[in-house]
Amino acid sequence: MSDLTPSQTVGPYFGIMLDGRRQCRQVLAAAAATPIVIEGQVFDGAGNVIPDALVETWQVDPPSDARFNGYGWAHTSADGAFRFETIKPGRVPAPDGGTQAPHIDVSVMARGILTRFITRMYFEDEPDNAADPILALVPEDRRTTLLARRAGERSYRFNLVMQGAGETVFFDV
Amino acid sequence: MTNKEQAEAVVSPFRRPSPGTHPPEDPAYRSTALRHPLQPLVQIPQTISEITGPSYPYEAIGPVDNDLTRQHAAAPIGERIIVEGRVLDDNGRPVPRTLVEIWQANASGRYAHTVDQHDAPLDANFTGTGRTITDEEGRYRFVTIKPGHYPWGNHYNAWRPAHIHFSVLGPGFLTRLVTQMYFPGDPLFPLDPIFNSVRDPAVRARMISSFDLSLTVPDWGLGFRWDIVLRGRDATPMLP
Repeated sequence: MSDLTPSQTVGPYFGIMLDGRRQCRQVLAAAAATPIVIEGQVFDGAGNVIPDALVETWQVDPPSDARFNGYGWAHTSADGAFRFETIKPGRVPAPDGGTQAPHIDVSVMARGILTRFITRMYFEDEPDNAADPILALVPEDRRTTLLARRAGERSYRFNLVMQGAGETVFFDV
Repeated sequence: MTNKEQAEAVVSPFRRPSPGTHPPEDPAYRSTALRHPLQPLVQIPQTISEITGPSYPYEAIGPVDNDLTRQHAAAPIGERIIVEGRVLDDNGRPVPRTLVEIWQANASGRYAHTVDQHDAPLDANFTGTGRTITDEEGRYRFVTIKPGHYPWGNHYNAWRPAHIHFSVLGPGFLTRLVTQMYFPGDPLFPLDPIFNSVRDPAVRARMISSFDLSLTVPDWGLGFRWDIVLRGRDATPMLP
């Protein structure tokens, strides 16, 4: 059935493509939403930082503000770091009729990554996590890899470990 | 459709790719060794977060963004080409109004990127990036110059087949695709671990453009056609 075009690596030079994007940053909504900062690093299986990763985020639940499009992207820096300024997502419906805890969809691409890997970022201080139907599918001892840690009043820390000890849970979806 | 409207719409999940379409790693492509998960992927259902996806403000596309030969004071060095095609889903339907971006090496095989130290000349008249939005029939069109071959450090005397990197958003988070478009008849195909990471020759061939005389502009440049196929939605609708 499928005649999909295969994925190929972004390679090391995608930064020139990102440089050309204009006016498409996530724009913070004024009143209704809580602005947050998410910072983290991407690590490989040897514990080294990945300085040429493309981290992308997508969150639904937008405020009623056309300036916010829910899409974020970042080229990691020399120390493997990324930073997103966005808004705290709210709860969204789950397929079973319940709700999902606040989360952000994340994908990781890089030189040496042939197809993107997909994961989710949840927030460690959300009581709703306990009832989230997607988190429930993740082996309990690995769920913490999906939780952003509180790092300040409105900031969170979320690392992505591509392989090995503390490997982030990635999804087949 | 705003993403709020998307969130409220009744939409279907995306069909899963056939096994082998997007291999996660390949020992011959050495950089994959430490950059792919060793734990099995956790299978999850598609929810509203996955069946919706980002859009891009059309007003952010400039008039020469899809013509890489007219972005500077003078014309770049190299063989001018036209690359045109459609973005489709695997139901055969066009994907309209979606962002298509490209980046590539110049005619000498060098990227305008500080990390690229290949000893080949840069071209002050060529940045090598372009973007456009597909039309109602899913069509895109770029004018550029044919990228050169270049060496890389994967193994002794390793050279990449000529290629243009493509990035497509599509209608959902799960349709996002980054890939590479190749040119027909490249002698480096059998030697390239990235191209051959897709093991099935028929699937691999989907990454190769076709020379197309109907796209070729007389006395000006050759035309190449290349369609991109993204995940399509399953027929069965589901409530978000």
